[in-house]
Amino acid sequence: MKVYIGIDLGSTTTKAVVLREDGEVLGRGITNSRSNYQVACEVARGEALIHARFNLVASALDRSGLAPEEERRVLAELERRFRKQQYLAQLVTLADALSGRAREDLLARGLETTLVRIVAKMQAEADALFAPGASRKSDFFRDLAGSRYLRIAEEEARSQGASFDRLVGLFDKAILEVENVPAEQEAFAVHVRHALAEMRDAPACLGEAVGGAADTPLESAATVGTGYGRQTLPFPKEQIRSEILCHGLGAHAMYPGTRTVLDIGGQDTKAIQVDERGIVTSFQMNDRCAAGCGRYLGYIADEMNLGLHELGPLACDSTRPVRINSTCTVFAGAELRERLSLGEKREDILAGLHRAIILRAMSLLARSGGVFDEFTFTGGVAKNPAAVDALRGLIGDNYGERVMNISPNSIYTGALGAALFARRDALRLAA
Amino acid sequence: MATPSPSSAPPQKDSSQLRQKTMIAEHYSRLARAGETGDKNVYTFVPGNLTELLRAFDLLPVLPEINALQSAMRGKSREYIALAEKLGHSEDVCTYVKCDLGMMKSGNVGPTGEPLPNPDLLLLSYTGCFTFMKWFEILRQEYDAPVAMLHVPYQAEGKITPEMRDYVVRQLRDEVIPVLEKISGRKYDEDRLRELLANSARAEDDLVAVLESAKHVPSPIDAYFGGVYYIGPIFTAFRGTQEAVDYYRLLRAEVAERVARGQGPVTPDGDMGKERFRVVVEGPPNWTSFHQFWRMFADEGAVVVASTYTKVGGVYDMGFRHDPDHPLETLADYCMGCYTNLNLPSRVEMLARYIREYSADGLLVNSIKSCNSFSAGQLLMLREVESRTGKPAGFIESDLVDPRYFSAANIKNRLESYFQMIEQRRTGAGA
Repeated sequence: MKVYIGIDLGSTTTKAVVLREDGEVLGRGITNSRSNYQVACEVARGEALIHARFNLVASALDRSGLAPEEERRVLAELERRFRKQQYLAQLVTLADALSGRAREDLLARGLETTLVRIVAKMQAEADALFAPGASRKSDFFRDLAGSRYLRIAEEEARSQGASFDRLVGLFDKAILEVENVPAEQEAFAVHVRHALAEMRDAPACLGEAVGGAADTPLESAATVGTGYGRQTLPFPKEQIRSEILCHGLGAHAMYPGTRTVLDIGGQDTKAIQVDERGIVTSFQMNDRCAAGCGRYLGYIADEMNLGLHELGPLACDSTRPVRINSTCTVFAGAELRERLSLGEKREDILAGLHRAIILRAMSLLARSGGVFDEFTFTGGVAKNPAAVDALRGLIGDNYGERVMNISPNSIYTGALGAALFARRDALRLAA
Repeated sequence: MATPSPSSAPPQKDSSQLRQKTMIAEHYSRLARAGETGDKNVYTFVPGNLTELLRAFDLLPVLPEINALQSAMRGKSREYIALAEKLGHSEDVCTYVKCDLGMMKSGNVGPTGEPLPNPDLLLLSYTGCFTFMKWFEILRQEYDAPVAMLHVPYQAEGKITPEMRDYVVRQLRDEVIPVLEKISGRKYDEDRLRELLANSARAEDDLVAVLESAKHVPSPIDAYFGGVYYIGPIFTAFRGTQEAVDYYRLLRAEVAERVARGQGPVTPDGDMGKERFRVVVEGPPNWTSFHQFWRMFADEGAVVVASTYTKVGGVYDMGFRHDPDHPLETLADYCMGCYTNLNLPSRVEMLARYIREYSADGLLVNSIKSCNSFSAGQLLMLREVESRTGKPAGFIESDLVDPRYFSAANIKNRLESYFQMIEQRRTGAGA
């Protein structure tokens, strides 16, 4: 099966989108690997291809006549068990990498048995970690395994007197090796069959669907890369597009009525105007200073000891937002502590911070030409309800009523645009 | 990247470039020997410079702006600016000013490595940029030098009225000329001035032919990065001299030859490849990373076919020539006609005209952080030019001589996005 792939190398995460030959989205993948751009790109592509295969399974089930609820249930279970299998396989790679590192490191001598014990404990808790309804802080292996490893290593250090710092150092090195093994077709076939075998009441059609999906070759007919790291992609120049164009086209594909796009990513904010075909007519982005971008929120979350996804909901509880002018990330911590010491509530400070970053985005929107109907908000920050509320309010005040589109897949907008460019390039070449 | 030598032209071995280099070297060497020879010098600014008048008194012009940009090209501006800031000048002060002050405080060694003489006079012959006034206030204090001030009315209504001309002529006659007589110890010789002005007009004809050669497709010159070399002699110490006449005759012949051979511009890396984009640029270039900046265009096959920066020392392509028959009136018209003395509608008109007449693909604005007189209103101009021409506009930000404000990754990102945007619009939904 011929597919087109778009890859968006962002500063925080790398995203991939797989398109079918007809241009419909078949799969999406994301990673926060920071090993290097090439690895991040491979991991995201691998994840997107896995997702694509699950979609193939789903399509096959659609055709099988299985009741929709039953289909949803078995698919969810299959994926959950698949993720566990994948996690366990990655733990084996991690164990090898850890012992390899420990052997090389003179100071880590004697830690081998501790490491084996840690990994064994991690393996033992995998069932619980992937049990139905279990909540995981993150689905990125680096985060998930990292948090478990640190917890167990801490216990080991306390009870066995092993050096915690040394154990952490070994993990930091070993995780890079794990990420260097991207998930691909073979791995999918192995894990999905194990997952299927674990399911006691799997309908027969699921087995056929899984077999079909695992055996379908997904051939990439064209790939286009975008994002901040695009220059480092192992692609020729003509396969690389600016993220401005990709976000414009991606937003147009998601919402064809789109005329204005705002993307707030990790280190840049882009205001883009597109025409009725998704062609960029004007854009503005933040200059040298990245104040008020997604990374700012990440920093605030760290300062407050919160998860990034917890910030927005907390800010939404605010009743009296604090007025904050500076969006300088470097000053953010000081500003925050000062406000706290003045007795301001956390939610009020957070609401003020969200409004401050949106004010900066409003300036870019104004400079790019304004906000036209329909308005599409993309990038990681579009997932944050407090940012969305502040944006909606300010757009209403400044431009009047506007349709605001936010896709649950907004983080993939750039990768989608890139994949669409890949498809267009391939079609043009063929013509 | 190798730092360009002070008066270096792009590394093409054209005779005109070598000629210019020699002219500049001789001029600086004459300035360096002023103590022995008794030559008197006048510090003055590029826009509205009265070079012919100074030359009529055998006074040697010194251009602090040129020294500042030369310092930047020699990689010296960072330390000069740091020194000026240490002396109390704020980060927000024009970086030309700080660079000049830092150079002065570091021994006032000019671009050719020879010391510059202290000014015998500070001639402030253009006040459209109010920073110029402050700049000379500081220099007056530092050097304890006399100041002659010519107030040049701004073209608020977009034209020069007879009253405005009379006002400037009166100042020239009653205030500037008497000071020049006093400093030089010579009587004002109008016939001498007429000869010099006639030379100016001859050189101006040739310069215009060179600039307008960019109407050819492909353009034989880059009218921004290459353009700054072409305007060198006429904008600075040489207008009105026989050397300038000879230089422009030679340059014009060389460019005519390139046209005849169908050649494109010469870049720092040799002949440019295929011309893919033709753009008009508004705003001064960045001098600290001048070649890197140029390369970002050349690598994309982008040629600047017209620029407004090459009109700051005189707008000749709209018809103005120095007129020997009306010596003081023509100097008055020259001062008032410089690009930065034009109002926004005139600037918009000029940019739109360039886009049409030079068959350009769009407008690119390089907004300079430390130059309010240039940058104010640029976004407004951009929108207006966009709507009048229907061509896409792009916006980048950098600085004149402060390397801290040149973010290569950011500028490259925006430039690439801009060129891809042109490409995308050119090919419809393709690209």
